Amino acid sequence: MATLDSSRPAAGALFAGLSLRRWKLIGLAATLATACALPFLVSGYQLLLANQVVVYAIALLGLNILTGYNGQFSLGHGAFYAIGAYTTAILLDKTGIPYWATIPLAGGLCLVAGFLFGLPALRLEGHYLALATFALAIATPQLLKYKRFDFLTGGVQGIVITAPDAPFGLPLRGDQWLYFFCLAWTVLLFVIGWNLLRGRTGRALVAIRDHPIAAATMGIDNALYKSVTFGVSAMYTGIAGALGALLAQFVSPDSFDFFLSVRFLVGIVVGGLASMAGAFFGAIFIEFVPNIADQISKAAPQAIYGAVLIAFIFFMPTGVVGMLRILGARLGRFVAPGPGR
Amino acid sequence: MQAFLHQMLSGFATGGIYASIALALVMIYQTTHHVNFAQGEMATFSTYLAWQMIELGLPYWLAFLLTLLFAFILGAAIERIIVRPFYKAPVLSVVAVFIGLLLIINSLSGALFTYTIKPFASPFPSDAWYGSAYLSAHEVGMIFVTLVVLALVFAFFRYTPLGLAMRAVAENPVSSRLVGVRVGWMLALGWGLAGLIGAVAGTMTAPVVYLDPNMMFGVLLYGFAGALLGGIDNAWGAVLGGFIVGILQNLAGAYVVGTELMVTVALGIIVGILVIKPSGLFGRTIVTRV
Repeated sequence: MATLDSSRPAAGALFAGLSLRRWKLIGLAATLATACALPFLVSGYQLLLANQVVVYAIALLGLNILTGYNGQFSLGHGAFYAIGAYTTAILLDKTGIPYWATIPLAGGLCLVAGFLFGLPALRLEGHYLALATFALAIATPQLLKYKRFDFLTGGVQGIVITAPDAPFGLPLRGDQWLYFFCLAWTVLLFVIGWNLLRGRTGRALVAIRDHPIAAATMGIDNALYKSVTFGVSAMYTGIAGALGALLAQFVSPDSFDFFLSVRFLVGIVVGGLASMAGAFFGAIFIEFVPNIADQISKAAPQAIYGAVLIAFIFFMPTGVVGMLRILGARLGRFVAPGPGR
Repeated sequence: MQAFLHQMLSGFATGGIYASIALALVMIYQTTHHVNFAQGEMATFSTYLAWQMIELGLPYWLAFLLTLLFAFILGAAIERIIVRPFYKAPVLSVVAVFIGLLLIINSLSGALFTYTIKPFASPFPSDAWYGSAYLSAHEVGMIFVTLVVLALVFAFFRYTPLGLAMRAVAENPVSSRLVGVRVGWMLALGWGLAGLIGAVAGTMTAPVVYLDPNMMFGVLLYGFAGALLGGIDNAWGAVLGGFIVGILQNLAGAYVVGTELMVTVALGIIVGILVIKPSGLFGRTIVTRV
């Protein structure tokens, strides 16, 4: 994974007179503008799908911080998504806390839960961590169904929640408001993530991934960084889960099964490991591909996930973002031949 | 007391299934250090084939043997075609490939045989003379079959030249190649055997848990727990671990947590072992040279 960045074009490469950095900024601005205009352009159902993409992007960024940047495995992030979703649902169901306040609470709870799960996980590497989180993913629906927790979780029936309306008399439909609410959270969390990953902390995470012993020699507290990363990653996924619960207006144990965790894994591999933009590409993939494939047969989405997972690892281990980078590099050389040619 | 004994013995019976799965996992782990997450799905798919053959009117034991043959070929083919290119890949890639395999085989079971739960006949009639208050006839048969398979596997590794070659490959692939062992084929053979053992576990457990595409998830977790308890690089430890975990599970189910939290118990065991003694009871502690 250490060679992920080797395909980046040289800093001076220009396309049509603008630097790559400039192009990236333009792309980001265009994406944001489109995202803001979307609720007024598409139908209610399409907006729901778009909103789900936005929510999944947060979860995928969370998993990517852990797996892509820090090199720790999780096949069980569906569990944290479930904790986030259930926290919001239970708070809305049992207490009078306003919906917007439940999101940070869900995030906080997942931060603690992830940190605690990360502590023993520190001793585990590679396969072992994959195994422990695999078990967590499979056990999650069963724990949520457990009879003694029925009074909170509603058991197999789950919990129905009502979606919020637009506040301050804004002229927005409920789903439009919710979309902007989720989008605001996404932007906030991506800005936080960007600040976290580009500086000293980000370099420490990558160093631990690439060579833990060398990282420790450089004065990085591996244990602290790894468990905190687990917590932060769980927090992102938990917030996504909380927003997802508002979006679905319903939580039930069977929507948080093993395959949810697998979706996240597929998402980060397809989008691109150790890449923030990859979270979006991955989210688009895991939201739309099963929707299309479902029309063929019930088994098709899973089969496609499996085949795509293997194909990406085999042919394109850097994901969509890696593919774009290589394309960009080729294009850069083509449009503006560097001094070397 | 009688109830307790009954729980112990039927725990022993399920333990045999877990021991088989644990053994299959360890066989693959020993040679390539890969944890085969698709082991359970391979077993499920083989079991579906057995079901289909029995539906078509084949006698049970003929269908059983054909299933084992198929499972062997399936395992070896998966190794040669899909897993081989990732022999030395980073852990992330390997795990992702196994999860991909799990998904593909799982959806294949669902697409071909539908997701509805099916009953699966036991070859041991429920009124047979060996059934009793302590153990049902199927449980006795299950213990018998798993013990026979384990004994055969042991004999294969201990007394045949092929078994010796496979052990050599697990121990030291480079030197084995130098003395003329076909390392690649030994790995494929190991996968084939793992598939075969898994198929035995699948067909034996299907009458108890009923046949559906996800039936082996729980069994696989307990197989993992057993393998970890015994030490994932020690075949006999893993078998013993499987039996212990089976008994523990039954006792916990009967007296502590109830049957609803079966999978959660496996999670607890796995995390517990990994935290307290990651090398398991009989495993080697791995010391890495810096």
